[in-house]
Amino acid sequence: MLAFSIRRLFQALLVMIVVALIAFTLFRFVGDPVNQMVGVETTPEQREALRERLGLNDPVIIQFARFILNAAQFNFGTSYQFKQPVAEMIGKRLPATLELSIVSAILAVLVGIPMGVYTGLNRDGVLSKFLLSASLIGISLPTFFIGILLIFIFSVNLQWLPSFGRGEVVQIGWWSTGLLTWSGIKALILPAITLGLFQMTLIMRLVRAEMLEVIRTDYIKFARARGLPNRAVNYRHALKNTLVPVITITGLQLGTIIAFAIITETVFQWPGMGLLFLQSVQNVDIPIMAAYLMLIAFLFVLINFVVDLLYFYVDPRLRAERAIK
Amino acid sequence: MSDEPLKQDAPRGALKRALDSDILHSFLRSKITVIAAVITALYFIGALFAPWIAPHDPFDLAGISILDARVPPLWMDGSDPRFLLGTDDQGRDVFSAILYGSRISLAVGFLSVILAAIVGVLLGLVAGYVGGRTDAIIMRIAEVQLTFPAILIALLIDGAARGVFGNLDREKYVFWILVFSIALSLWVQYARTVRGSTLVEKNKEYVQAARLIGIPPFLIMIRHVLPNVIGPVLVIATINLAIAIVTEATLSFLGVGVPPTQPSLGTLIRIGNDFLFSGEWWIAIFPGVALALLVLAVNLLGDWLRDALNPKLR
Amino acid sequence: MTETPLLSVRDLKVEFPTRRATLTAIDGVSFDLKKGEVLGVVGESGAGKSITGSAIIGLLEPPGRIAGGEIRLKGERIDNLSQAAMRKVRGKRIGMIFQDPLTSLNPLFTIGEQITETIMTHLPVSEAEARKRAIGLLEEVGIPAAGDRLDAYPHQFSGGMRQRVVIALALCAEPELVIADEPTTALDVSVQAQIIGLLKRICNDHGASVMLITHDMGVIAETCDRVAVMYSGRVAEIGPVRDVVKSPHHPYTVGLMGAIPTLIGEHDRLTQIPGSMPRLDAIPKGCPFNPRCAHVFDRCRAERPDPIDVGASRVACWLVEEGRNGHANEVEQA
Ligand SMILES: Nc1ncnc2c1ncn2[C@@H]1O[C@H](COP(=O)(O)OP(=O)(O)OP(=O)(O)O)[C@@H](O)[C@H]1O
Ligand SMILES: [Mg+2]
Repeated sequence: MLAFSIRRLFQALLVMIVVALIAFTLFRFVGDPVNQMVGVETTPEQREALRERLGLNDPVIIQFARFILNAAQFNFGTSYQFKQPVAEMIGKRLPATLELSIVSAILAVLVGIPMGVYTGLNRDGVLSKFLLSASLIGISLPTFFIGILLIFIFSVNLQWLPSFGRGEVVQIGWWSTGLLTWSGIKALILPAITLGLFQMTLIMRLVRAEMLEVIRTDYIKFARARGLPNRAVNYRHALKNTLVPVITITGLQLGTIIAFAIITETVFQWPGMGLLFLQSVQNVDIPIMAAYLMLIAFLFVLINFVVDLLYFYVDPRLRAERAIK
Repeated sequence: MSDEPLKQDAPRGALKRALDSDILHSFLRSKITVIAAVITALYFIGALFAPWIAPHDPFDLAGISILDARVPPLWMDGSDPRFLLGTDDQGRDVFSAILYGSRISLAVGFLSVILAAIVGVLLGLVAGYVGGRTDAIIMRIAEVQLTFPAILIALLIDGAARGVFGNLDREKYVFWILVFSIALSLWVQYARTVRGSTLVEKNKEYVQAARLIGIPPFLIMIRHVLPNVIGPVLVIATINLAIAIVTEATLSFLGVGVPPTQPSLGTLIRIGNDFLFSGEWWIAIFPGVALALLVLAVNLLGDWLRDALNPKLR
Repeated sequence: MTETPLLSVRDLKVEFPTRRATLTAIDGVSFDLKKGEVLGVVGESGAGKSITGSAIIGLLEPPGRIAGGEIRLKGERIDNLSQAAMRKVRGKRIGMIFQDPLTSLNPLFTIGEQITETIMTHLPVSEAEARKRAIGLLEEVGIPAAGDRLDAYPHQFSGGMRQRVVIALALCAEPELVIADEPTTALDVSVQAQIIGLLKRICNDHGASVMLITHDMGVIAETCDRVAVMYSGRVAEIGPVRDVVKSPHHPYTVGLMGAIPTLIGEHDRLTQIPGSMPRLDAIPKGCPFNPRCAHVFDRCRAERPDPIDVGASRVACWLVEEGRNGHANEVEQA
């Protein structure tokens, strides 16, 4: 376990360093940071002074090290466009994105897994075939178009649910939540479905494929041959084995949900980090881009770590112990 | 498992298998696949011959009139027989715009898939053949890259391109920036597949033999590896075509793709999105449906191809 | 025919309907198995041994189905039972052991969980009671420190130990019949004999009959009371082990006997019968063995032989029926 964790930690670190390198390259070499920070009327001397002060004349490797040190303290500099500390701006928008992503992820898992299990167990059922076809359509519909369709139906035509914003939010310390007000919850419904649908279909197909595979294994055959009831065979034995690989891939999917939130946030004008990131891309606001990139990588590494732990918990084979001869 | 006689004649090229009548048979048997193929073909024809098929040229400023703006589709009140699916806020024919839009969507999709396949296959070959540190580096990069969804990579590249070229110059290169960034987000799968196959082939006798006769083993390998991976690469490419089209549409929808002067399907949806609430739903919904239908058809083809080339999964 | 046999299979026919044709994997198999008896089933790969076992326990993989004949357990038909009724037969009245112990146990559950779950499915006992029984069974199959090992996962056991666990599992609800499908093929040669010995002893102790499917004529000779030789989904010859081994009647059995390594160690006597078994979609007319048979004559190619009594055995061969079996004792075993 220890060796395993250390190796994992090392890999995570490597990912973070590579991403930091990309972020740094963006920051340092795309456009001139000084030009972005000062107005046209600044004299060359003032520019040079700023350059010196920012350490842009130091060797690149030292600049990189400084970048990493700063990043480790959540210091990503000042937004070119808004002239505010990037960390603060992202921090303000983090709750919106995380709430949306987590609710979508829960939705995707809670609906996707049972549908996958059902379609795996009732391979030739009418409902299974329907769900499978529907899932292909779900995968083919681009996320943003799903959002537009939902807005068209539920906001424009039926006028049941709001089409933009977070509704009323409640401030709890530095965290702002929309989950405690009725209007906040209403505002969350459409974006969460939009963001979760794609992952849901993916999880469903994955669980189904995995289930079909597991059902064929010898230990399932042997469980049936022992006369265990179908319920025990399907939902105890087969399901648990199905979930082992599903956990990994689902974990990876959750990472992408946060990134995909960019699209959903744009469609629903959801005031999260994704929207901020998109604006920063359009305005070449490099510090925000770099910070967002690092944050996503960090969340990803974190999710991976949790997934590993979970895996470890579910699969006894990883909790190695020597076999008795 | 299946009723196929045990075909155990070692690794036959997938291409040869593809030409096998069995595959043709399974193609024709699956009605839905045939429909998908026909739809895809229609899109291709529509895109290639858009200037001849489209009733209007949506980019010809002289041909469009603001007086024709926001005309509803044919079956609604206040429609105009010239505009089957209605017009947008500029008076452009939505149907023609969809035809021209598919052209750009398909072009970006195809070029990026081809670019990704070339890069991925080459890197996979090199990684598998050279091995050692080169392999480790390539596969590590692939791993890190897989961490990030295509859309994020494309957005980053686009942001960088804006920084390098400036927002205005960017418009000139935007088509290629899109192709490049989408391709970059797709190469990994090819590389992995090809690397695996290369590792298998590498240790076969003919490679050693080739070295003995003095033929560069790498060339020989390519000749042996390629036929083996053509099947999987084709499957990946088909499914990737769908992903590339969606990615392009998404980027254009987000406003970082092709500009409104040369709209792709995604751009059209972005334009139409502003009119959803004012009742002109057709400006966004029709291009959206067109996009979804294209992607669905390509996905169905990919699904079928995967099953057909991989009898084990049947 | 005074006492009802424990298991009685009559004219069993198993089909696999496929897109192109309906394949008949088992065609007219009949045999009896008495209480306490060990019946060996041999035959080349693809002869239909496993399918016969699956058909008896009602676990044919779809689209496979029983297309004819009957299977009786203590006189009651079990081939047409409902799913729910058949579930009560499986494990409780017929236990099954598969070939590969490495894959027969669910890797995510402790062996204790798997055994107690099975016991509690079939017997009205408390969990504590089930655990106690599980420990007893594990001790019986020779697992040291059984009490401690109950909470271990399958991967913590070696292959041989796992097959012992599988045997314990098959026997944990006291079935009357155990079907063991090549229970040692996947194991290390050194433990094969031990496991077979254990299987025989423990089934004997529990009064269970055994249907032992194997490729190993040596195992049959040592372990079984009677043996059925299968070929192309049919029984070529069935009879007491001594008779079948010492004086086989069917030319196919004769060939198989030639494949037993003798104790003297002449390994080159592993004579193979030339040719291979026909595929299911190309079973020849008449006797399915006729293309490979050294003694084939016209009738073999035209009509299918039915099994007839020869001494204590039953043999399906025209040679035997027409009394031309002068060849039968060509292979003498020491
Ligand atoms: N699902 C299936 N569909 C079609 N044919 C099948 C299927 N399962 C088994 N068969 C065929 O049934 C025949 C008997 O198979 P079976 O598994 O009983 O052989 P076996 O005697 O157990 O062989 P082995 O010694 O290799 O285990 C084989 O010819 C096999 O090809
Ligand atoms: Mg078998």
